[in-house]
Amino acid sequence: MTDLLIRGADILGNGRSDLAVRNGRFIEPADVAADVERLDADGLLALPGLVDLHTHLREPGREDAETVQSGTLAAARGGFTAVLAMANTTPVTDTAEAAQHVAALGTRDGNAQVIPVGAVSKGLDGVELAELGLMARSGARVRVFSDDGHCISDARLMRRALEYVRAFDGVIAQHAQDPQLATVSACCHEGEISGKLGLPGWPAAAEASVVARDVQIAELTRSRLHVCHVSCAETVDVIRWAKQRNINVTAEVAPHHLMLTTIEVLGYDPTYKVNPPLRPSEHVEAVREALADGTIDAVATDHAPHARHDKEHAFAEAAFGMLGLETALAVVVEAMINSGLLDWRQLAKRMSIMPAHIARLADQGRPMAVGETANLVLVDPDARRVVDRNDTASLSRNNPWHGRELPDPVVATIWAGRVTYRKGQ
Amino acid sequence: MRHLLSAADLDRTQITDIFDLAEEMALVQGRPVKKLPALRGRTVVNLFFEDSTRTRSSFEIAGKWLSADVINISAKGSSVSKGESLRDTVLTVAAMGVDALVIRHHASGAPWQASRWIDAHVLNAGDGTHEHPTQALLDAFTIRRHLRLSAPDLMSFEGKTVAIVGDITHSRVARSNVLLLTTLGAQVILIAPPTLLPAGVDSWPVLACTDLDEVLPHADIVMMLRVQRERMSGGYFPTPREYTIGYGLTRPRLEAMKSGAAICHPGPMNRGLEISADAADAANSLILDQVAAGVSVRMSVLYELLGGAE
Amino acid sequence: MSSTGAPQAMPDEPTPGVGTGSVDSRVVLDADQIARVCARMAHQILEANRGAQDLVLMGIPTRGVALAHRLATVMDEVEGVDLPVGALDVTMYRDDLRRQPTRPVGHTHLPVEVDGSTVVLVDDVLYTGRTVRAALDALGDLGRPRAVQLAVLVDRGHRELPIHADHVGKYIPTRTGEHVGVKLVEIDGIDQVSIEPSGDPFRGEI
Repeated sequence: MTDLLIRGADILGNGRSDLAVRNGRFIEPADVAADVERLDADGLLALPGLVDLHTHLREPGREDAETVQSGTLAAARGGFTAVLAMANTTPVTDTAEAAQHVAALGTRDGNAQVIPVGAVSKGLDGVELAELGLMARSGARVRVFSDDGHCISDARLMRRALEYVRAFDGVIAQHAQDPQLATVSACCHEGEISGKLGLPGWPAAAEASVVARDVQIAELTRSRLHVCHVSCAETVDVIRWAKQRNINVTAEVAPHHLMLTTIEVLGYDPTYKVNPPLRPSEHVEAVREALADGTIDAVATDHAPHARHDKEHAFAEAAFGMLGLETALAVVVEAMINSGLLDWRQLAKRMSIMPAHIARLADQGRPMAVGETANLVLVDPDARRVVDRNDTASLSRNNPWHGRELPDPVVATIWAGRVTYRKGQ
Repeated sequence: MRHLLSAADLDRTQITDIFDLAEEMALVQGRPVKKLPALRGRTVVNLFFEDSTRTRSSFEIAGKWLSADVINISAKGSSVSKGESLRDTVLTVAAMGVDALVIRHHASGAPWQASRWIDAHVLNAGDGTHEHPTQALLDAFTIRRHLRLSAPDLMSFEGKTVAIVGDITHSRVARSNVLLLTTLGAQVILIAPPTLLPAGVDSWPVLACTDLDEVLPHADIVMMLRVQRERMSGGYFPTPREYTIGYGLTRPRLEAMKSGAAICHPGPMNRGLEISADAADAANSLILDQVAAGVSVRMSVLYELLGGAE
Repeated sequence: MSSTGAPQAMPDEPTPGVGTGSVDSRVVLDADQIARVCARMAHQILEANRGAQDLVLMGIPTRGVALAHRLATVMDEVEGVDLPVGALDVTMYRDDLRRQPTRPVGHTHLPVEVDGSTVVLVDDVLYTGRTVRAALDALGDLGRPRAVQLAVLVDRGHRELPIHADHVGKYIPTRTGEHVGVKLVEIDGIDQVSIEPSGDPFRGEI
């Protein structure tokens, strides 16, 4: 592979300089070979490659909706150099063999680093611990464990899981949804709109009450808890309280919860059906503030591709989830940079450095310095476009941003020195 | 009028027109030839994803008396479990060349979704816990006839109080009635145990209350809603006995009603639970009139949707 | 228009007055003339049917109903009979339903059984004949009259179907572009028949 020279990028808002890459790592720009490939980055920002703590790649099991290849291609288009692939595949990633299989798919087909997330319970049944230790010891080196899609509602199971992963610095990522307060059919924030529309309600208390319990268990076990897709103000308050007590809890928020509200559901369009559901604007404001002040540590896409027919059911029967990888940065730029809530350095922390830290990834979220693995994304802070759901690398089309005008920041993505996406190609 | 999906689709003038036409349609019932040629050559499909002999036959007769060709398709069971998406089911039916789809579905919103996928007229015959506009129309039509006994030129329900009692949370009849009755100018009061009042009811144009005895003497119309015994397993109320004592239209409550007030119930009734036998059969019960009104009102609606140019 | 003021025996002379392309509306029957015409028609109907037995007047809404009541009043004065008067709305039987937005439907009232009766349909203007065709179909669904007759205040020609009126108040030849406007006191506050040039082919009469 030839050397790569990136000219004139603004490094994380630190000022313009050149970056050079050889064999997957940064080298001194002065040391590049004569036949170097040049990439003009004048006017562009260079950020560490984005890391997604929460992606659904659907392979194995639902290759009609997405594969490791298509999903990571979408990731690259979104500026991501690493994705954590959730365990709710078929079969479930609850053994070392299953984890290694996903990791191998990543090695073979991936356009970004693929790290499998291990299930907390066997078959995601919420009853018995899965082989957490074997998954951690395997070549896949699983560190993040989650039953995402399902809530670990049994307090004893949560306790055992948190205690157990301490042995290898693992983290339990909880999908907080009390099954008694928000049943499997709950699909709309419980409030004015759910009452009017006759949709089963998903109250904020169902999320916050579980997190309130889990942070207590995290404190008890002195272990690491991570809260997936925070959607409500009440949950933010709980996390803030827990952090003040130095409880080891981190949290993520999905781009759609930073911008879309329950109003989107008024037409019964299942494109806007997601778990946890879209919330009223006061919750959107609360999670934005929390992301700004660091109460929420990271943005995670919860990219959830679905075959068209799985969404073309009555709203209450349609599949939950939205695409997110390709539009995540655009939405965060609009919601947080353009509104003045974050600067680019802070954004890089929340979309690359912190996620890499939570997932304990050695080569991601690193400074763009000589010797480090070359994972970066070149960003145009001013470009904009109208989102077209058909202009995508994903195999699915459930894109909630279709037809909206958003920033179009990603110009090129470089994963371990290889250009995985370049705009216009 | 392209579709009838929600009771809120109609303004007062449209509602009045539908009622006046329904009066004419009611006369057909008594004729030797129960046929009007207005919808000859039009095809109406009753696409019912949920069982309902009563509503379906009501629509069927209404369409046939207007000379439409009426087909009944029963698509019970979750489309997810059968593997065919709702969109595929709807498009397949529409592809046969139908003019109107009368849809009843167990999931709220299905008729709205259907109306985005096809060109045919869509009529909501009840979607989940959301709306049932023709039921509200026949309820209000029956109420108008009752009120016109003492005020023959009555045009609106201004100054009238309608109490709707029961499982409001899960009732599409309640939601449609709230919309329609308030359009007609009535004051609507919802009464239920707190567990059966819907989220966000404070934003509705109604009064919501948990004490039936306080409201009963002021109501001109008392509309009792069916309470499903299955709601008990959801823990909404502890026992049927407690529900009846707190919210049932018992004999003493029947006597506490305002003079001239009348009783409604969309049916089917749980005699002894939400409504006593005495109330169901009382002289001021409009329940059978409601049933009789169903065909006329549905004929009126079908004519409004299909009786003119596309 | 007889100058003697006596009722004419038979309206076999068309009323002149079409003129040479007048663009203004002109009155062809005033209140007195309408009254006389109605009286003559009432007599005619009784004469043709040898009395009032088994006779039913069915007006076609809106003005046909008012006219039917007027005829019944005259017949009552003459024969002392209380003739049943009804209304027959034909909207749903029109052959042009699909060409316009949904039409409002009028009231149908059957005062007696139609079977075995002689039904006299009453309308204000006979033009293409399509309204009467619809009325015959509507009547057929109500029962089987022994006979059906047609009484109209004005026959303006231009039949498109083989329909003929048994009792005509006035023949008024017209151009198809023109509109015959009938106003009756019960509905319009004034009794008047006029011819107006009209740009609207869908005024309601067929």
